[in-house]
Amino acid sequence: MSDTGTTQPHAAPTLEPGLKGIVDDWSSDQRSFKTASWGKVMMWVFLLSDTFIFGTFLLSYMTARMSTTIPWPNASEVFALEIAGAHFPLLLIAIMTFVLITSSGTMAMAVNYGYRRDKKRTTVLMLITAFFGAMFVGMQAFEWTKLIQEGVRPWGNPFGAEQFGASFFMITGFHGTHVSIGVIFLLIIARKVWKGDFDTGKPGFMTGRKGRYEMVEIMGLYWHFVDLVWVFIFAFFYLW
Amino acid sequence: MDHAATTDTVAVPQEEHQQHPIKLYLTVWIWLFVLSVGSYMVDIVNFEGLLRWGLIVTLMLLKAGLIIAVFMHMAWERLALSYAILVPPVLILVFVAMMAVEATYTEWMRVFFLNGGT
Repeated sequence: MSDTGTTQPHAAPTLEPGLKGIVDDWSSDQRSFKTASWGKVMMWVFLLSDTFIFGTFLLSYMTARMSTTIPWPNASEVFALEIAGAHFPLLLIAIMTFVLITSSGTMAMAVNYGYRRDKKRTTVLMLITAFFGAMFVGMQAFEWTKLIQEGVRPWGNPFGAEQFGASFFMITGFHGTHVSIGVIFLLIIARKVWKGDFDTGKPGFMTGRKGRYEMVEIMGLYWHFVDLVWVFIFAFFYLW
Repeated sequence: MDHAATTDTVAVPQEEHQQHPIKLYLTVWIWLFVLSVGSYMVDIVNFEGLLRWGLIVTLMLLKAGLIIAVFMHMAWERLALSYAILVPPVLILVFVAMMAVEATYTEWMRVFFLNGGT
């Protein structure tokens, strides 16, 4: 990362680096976030609030799992798949993880091409991202169906502690909702890019603010966050 | 770095666009794949105890760090923003510590008074 570190564009002479910069920025006139636009900052603040939501979900899951005296179901076996007679523990979850990471990669590149004003590549990469997102939701629907057929309910399941179902449906359901909303917004923004709304600065239907390619990056922040949350769910719920 | 920013040196802050080589994203992408395979292997190889939890958390934090720093461009934001976003989640860790104590106590109550929770 050192190759990009040297090209730091915060070269404005008035901006201090390091800890002194934090104090200067926060005690300065007019605005604290000198180089980030409000759109970006507001998305970060929203993501921070979302962090607290998912944080407390995982926290309640931890509390339920730690306080129950009945053994917790072995996620590795509950989410195992039988393919052609072979037994693969946690296979579907692993595939879902790779799909989501891949969609994060294509999103990052879409943002990059967006700032290069490459309409075609940005649109295509965003559509690929949306496709992988939809694929993720599809696999999650399959997983839910499989578990419900096996008798997993929010109030009980055949494998062990009753709270397993409640935690599972709550956490993955909320995450899946985030992915679904992300896919919808990806399609909306991709359409705007394709139509050239960000080249002409056409405002959206609910705002008078001009469309700009930064919206692709803000969309990207949300999408990467969804991937980020999955990293934690994967570690704590499926692997632990 | 072709920034659309003008050479305006007055107090007007310039909002900047993130522009990095595609290679950087591909590198991070590959690393995320490798780290994910690593955490999947933890389950396949069936590590137990401290080794398992240590590996799970380490790999998780490495992945989260890469996503936040590079994909979400936090590494190139000013520290005023990074700290404003990254410090508050520490409160969740405080909450985790509190609930860990509470959960242990609940479990003890169930074992002691409810005949093992049954």
